[in-house]
Amino acid sequence: MESFKSVINYISNPTILVTAVLLIFPFIFPPTEWFYKINKRLRLDKLWTGKGLLVMTVVTISFFIFGLGDYNFKSIVLKPDNVPISGLILLLIFFTWLSMSQAYKNDALVEKGKSVDEYYDAPNDKVLVWPDLVYVELISLILFSAFMLIWSIGLPAPLEQPANPAESPNPAKAPWYFLGLQEMLVYFDPWYAGVVLPTFIIVGLMAIPYIDSDPNGSGYYSYKDRKLSVSIYLFGWLILWNVLIVIGTFLRGPNWGFFGPFEYWDSHRLEALTNVNLSEFVYVKWLEIGLPQSILLREAPGLILVFIFIGVLPVLLAKTILKKYYEDLGPSRYSIFVVLMIFGALLPLKMYLRWLFNLKYLISIPEYFFNF
Amino acid sequence: MPENKKTSTISPSGPPPAALNKADSGSDVSRRSFFSWLSIGWLAFVAATGGFFTMMLRFFFPNILFEPIQTFRAGYPDDYTVGEVDLRWKVKHGVWMVRNDEGIYALSTTCTHLGCTPNWQPTAKKFKCPCHGSGFRITGIHFEGPAPRPLERFKITLADDGQIIVDKNQKYQQEKGQWSDPEAFLKV
Repeated sequence: MESFKSVINYISNPTILVTAVLLIFPFIFPPTEWFYKINKRLRLDKLWTGKGLLVMTVVTISFFIFGLGDYNFKSIVLKPDNVPISGLILLLIFFTWLSMSQAYKNDALVEKGKSVDEYYDAPNDKVLVWPDLVYVELISLILFSAFMLIWSIGLPAPLEQPANPAESPNPAKAPWYFLGLQEMLVYFDPWYAGVVLPTFIIVGLMAIPYIDSDPNGSGYYSYKDRKLSVSIYLFGWLILWNVLIVIGTFLRGPNWGFFGPFEYWDSHRLEALTNVNLSEFVYVKWLEIGLPQSILLREAPGLILVFIFIGVLPVLLAKTILKKYYEDLGPSRYSIFVVLMIFGALLPLKMYLRWLFNLKYLISIPEYFFNF
Repeated sequence: MPENKKTSTISPSGPPPAALNKADSGSDVSRRSFFSWLSIGWLAFVAATGGFFTMMLRFFFPNILFEPIQTFRAGYPDDYTVGEVDLRWKVKHGVWMVRNDEGIYALSTTCTHLGCTPNWQPTAKKFKCPCHGSGFRITGIHFEGPAPRPLERFKITLADDGQIIVDKNQKYQQEKGQWSDPEAFLKV
C-alpha cells in the first residue's frame, strides 16, 4: 500500500506527469494517419466501447475510494470546494467517451457505406417547441434545482473571516474553474497569463469556424476525417485546461509547491528553487562576463529566441511540414492558425523550462513591466 | 386564425391599403413634424444618458475618502532585533521591518507578481507567496517563482524624538536603482 502511494506521489511530479500525458495523448487521440494506425493496432479504440467506459470509470472510482483511506488525500478530495473537481474528472471521462464512441461508430458505418448514426430521413424534420422541448426543459430545471439544493445542504460553503489583505490563506487557491489560469500565472507575468493568454483562448475558439472550413463531419461525430482538428481541440481542452485544473486542485499545496496526492501538506518544507532569467544564463553562467548595462543587449538572447519562435518558425513550417496547410488555408488564415498553435505550445514549453532548468523569464525587463 | 389570414392578404392588383394611403397624405404626421419629433426624442435620449453617466462619474469623487494612514511611527530603532524580520506592522500597515548589521529598512508586504501577501518563513529565511509560489530573500530580492522584481521598500527616516517614521507614499524600487537612496535605508 505505502509503496503504491509513494509510486503515485513520485509520478505526480509535474515533469513526469505532464511528460507521460503528452506522450500518451497522440496515441489515444491520434492527430495523423501514422498515429491512427498505431491506435488501431494497439486496440486503443476499445476505450470507446461500453467496456472501455466501464473500465475507465471503475479505475477512476476505485482510485478515489482507495485514496480516501489516506488522510492527506481524503482531506483534499472531501473539501467542499474540491468535490466538483472529482465529479469533473468522471464527467470529463464520460463526455469524451460519448463523443469519441459516437465518432468511431460513425467511422465504422461510413466505412461500410452506410449513413451515419445521426442521419435522420424524415419528410418533416421538425420538433415542436411546445410541448416537446419546453417539457424536457422543465423536467431538467426541476431535477437540477433539486440536485443543487441537496448538494448545497449536504456540502455547505460557510462564510469565512472577512477578507484581510495582509493575510493571504496558504495556499491561496482560485475558484476551481480558474485554477488553470492560476497555474499559468506561475510561469508568466500577470499581463501575459492573465490577459493575453485568456484573450487568445477566446479569440482562438471564435476563430475555429473560419480556420477550419472543412465540410467533412459537419453535423455528425466523426474522427477519421477530422483527426488533426479533433486532436488539437482535445489537446487544448483536456491538457492545457483540465489537466492544469487537476494539478492546481490535487497537487498544489502550501506556498504553491508541488505535493503528491498522498503527501503531507507541510508548509515548512524546504525547497531550493532559485529561478534564473535567460539573460543571466547566457551572460553570467555561460559567457561569465556579467550582465551588460544596456537593456536591449541584456535581453537580446530572449528577444532573438522569441522572434525566431513567433516570426521565423511559422515561415519555416509553411515551407516544410505544414506546406499542405499553407496551401489550403492561404497566408492570412494560415498565419492565424500557426500563431495560435505556437502560443498554445509556448505554455507547456515554458513549464518544462521552469521545471527542468529553473528558468524564470526568457525576456525580463522589470524596468518597463515587460517579462515573458 | 382564419380572420388573421383574411386581413393579411392583399392582392397586388387591388387599391392600396387604407393605412398606406393615410400616411402618404400626411394628415397625421407630416415630414417636417416627424423630424422635429425625432430631434426631441434624440435630445431626450442624450440628456437622459448624459445625466446617467454624470451621476456615475460623480461616484468616482466621494465626499469623504477613508484612506488608511500612509505615514506611521514605528517605535525606536532599539525595538528591532538585528537579523530578524519584524511582523508587528504587517497587518495594520502592510510593512515588514527588517534590521541588519547596518540599519533598518521597511519592506512592502505586497508581492510584485500579483499582489498577494507573502509569509515570512524564519526557518527557510525567505518570504514565500502562497498564491503562485514567488520567493523573496530577507533583503526583498526575488529569487523563486514568477515574481519579476524585488519587493518595494518604503521611505524610512528618524523623527526628532528618535522614533522611526515610515512613509508609504514614497516607494523605492531596486530594479530602478532606488535602494541606494539614503531615505530607503535607515543607518543605525
